[in-house]
Amino acid sequence: MLSAGPTPRVPLDTWEFVITTETGAEYRWSWSELMALPQETPQVDIHCVTRWSKLGTTWQGVSLDTLLDGVDTDADYVMAHSYGGYTTNLPLEDLRGGRAWVAHTFEGEELPGEHGGPARLLVPHLYFWKSAKWVRGLRLMTTDEPGFWETAGYHDYGDPWREQRYQGD
Amino acid sequence: MTEMSFLDGNMLDGPLRELFAVDVSGATGRCENCGVVGPMGTLRVYSHAPGLVGRCPSCAEVMLRLVRSPSWARLDLRGTTFLQVPVPLDQPHPRPL
Repeated sequence: MLSAGPTPRVPLDTWEFVITTETGAEYRWSWSELMALPQETPQVDIHCVTRWSKLGTTWQGVSLDTLLDGVDTDADYVMAHSYGGYTTNLPLEDLRGGRAWVAHTFEGEELPGEHGGPARLLVPHLYFWKSAKWVRGLRLMTTDEPGFWETAGYHDYGDPWREQRYQGD
Repeated sequence: MTEMSFLDGNMLDGPLRELFAVDVSGATGRCENCGVVGPMGTLRVYSHAPGLVGRCPSCAEVMLRLVRSPSWARLDLRGTTFLQVPVPLDQPHPRPL
C-alpha cells in the first residue's frame, strides 16, 4: 500500500466524479449516481512499480466505457485528479475497451481509505501508480502532460510487461 | 487499518547525500504554497511510495520529491521557493561583482 501523502477523507454525500473535456464541458456524477450505473466485477492482476504483483484480485466498479459514453471529445490523453492533489497521466485509449474502472469495492468489501476509497481508478494493465487512489475526476487533454510521479522521473505510460518504470525505459 | 505514517525530514540527509555536500535537514526552506520558512528537517516525509515525498509541516503541500532510479536521482523542488544553507565565510561562495 503506497501513498505520497496523508489519506484524504471524503464523505460520500459530497463526493463527486467529474470528467472535464478539452473544451471545458463537464460531466458529473454524485456517489448515488455512480452506484446507479451498471456495475462490473473485474478479476485482474495488479503490478506495483516497487516490484510486487498481486494476482487474481476482485474489484467492483463502473467501467470507464460507461462513464465516457456520450462524452464528446477529441482528446488523446487524460490527467486523472485525486482528492488530496495527486495526479497521473494516461492515454485516453487505455481507459476504453473494458480495461479501466472507477472501483469502489475490493474483495467484496468497500474500499478502505488507505487503499484509495471511497473510489479509485483501476487500470490494471499499467503500473499501479496510474490507478489513482481517491480519484475525483479526469481532465481530457489534446497533448500529454506529466502527472505527480511522471514529473519526478517516472514513465509517462508505465507498461509493466516492458518494465517502463522510469523515463527512458 | 492504521493511518499512513510519515517520517520527519531529518531522514532526508542520507538519500540526499549523493546530491549535496551539506546535510539538507539543516537547511532552511520556504514553502512555495503557504510561505512558511523553517528547517527542512521538519518536513513530513512519506517514504512508502515510488519515491520520497516531503510535505510542508504547516500546509501539507509537497515541497520536495526525490526519485532514485538505478542510474540517476531526480530532485524536484518546485514546491520550495528557496533553500538556505549555512556556509561558513572561510568557504568559497559567489559574491556580487
